[in-house]
Amino acid sequence: MRTPIAYFLLLSGILFALGTVGVLTRKNALLIFMSVELQLNAVNLALVAFARMHNDLTGQVLAFFSMVVAAAEVVVGLAIIVALFRRRQTVDVDDARELRW
Amino acid sequence: MPLDNVVFWVFAPISVASAVAMLVVRNAVHAALFLVVNFFTLAVMYLLLDAPFLFAVQIVVYAGAIMVLFLFVIMLLGVDRGVDVKERLVAQRWLAVLLAVGFVAELFFALRAGIGFATKAPEGFDVVNEAGNTQAVAEVLFRDYFFPFEVTSILLIIAAIATMVLAQRKARVVTQAELDARASEPVTDPVAPAPAKRPGGGVTA
Repeated sequence: MRTPIAYFLLLSGILFALGTVGVLTRKNALLIFMSVELQLNAVNLALVAFARMHNDLTGQVLAFFSMVVAAAEVVVGLAIIVALFRRRQTVDVDDARELRW
Repeated sequence: MPLDNVVFWVFAPISVASAVAMLVVRNAVHAALFLVVNFFTLAVMYLLLDAPFLFAVQIVVYAGAIMVLFLFVIMLLGVDRGVDVKERLVAQRWLAVLLAVGFVAELFFALRAGIGFATKAPEGFDVVNEAGNTQAVAEVLFRDYFFPFEVTSILLIIAAIATMVLAQRKARVVTQAELDARASEPVTDPVAPAPAKRPGGGVTA
């Protein structure tokens, strides 16, 4: 294991920033959701890198929990998007900003 | 050059490139496929970081289950090219890129000041992983984090029920007049091909 840990952390930060750009710029709710997944994965990478850095498996266990929560989050989020599409025939978030009915 | 360095420098650019590609492509299916590439490169990173269990979980859960779910929903909502792509907030896009660059720069300097770019991972991780990574993770998971693990199962059940509630169609009362109207409609030939339909909205970003 010769690759410095900081490289992994920097890669994680870059991926997180890219995911943030996706959330802020995309209009399609599905694409926004995929960008959120990218952010979650970036944080998982940071957790695993910290686990390696401190010789402690807690980071890996936390990344595992984060994956489980992400799976539940994806299921509910996609159901919300499908329900939104049924009601409005579009998944463009700009069209769903009234915050009512 | 050590081998894991080579693997890192092969897969890290692929990871960043696939993430950028996911952000710029128009078609949602292509974006999902680029995201799959990204998940696979992250799995390789887990392997480099001595986490083979998470490597397998990443491929099975993320690249497998979650992305199939995404593609399934894209298929459900339909492919469309006629979506209004007019940009309504031009400044927001450049502001977002600026913030991202600022974030990465900040992280770069924080890492350099904090642990430095020469710090290698300490020796001794194979002692932690002595019986095998999966066994070691299981020991931590079921000894120290058993209660959160059980709570997770409740969370998954709630998510499954919530999805069923959200996705079901409400049953509608059908009046007798509607039934009569349906009965008097001409019967269409079931063998004849369905008329070509414009795809629904949802895929183009």
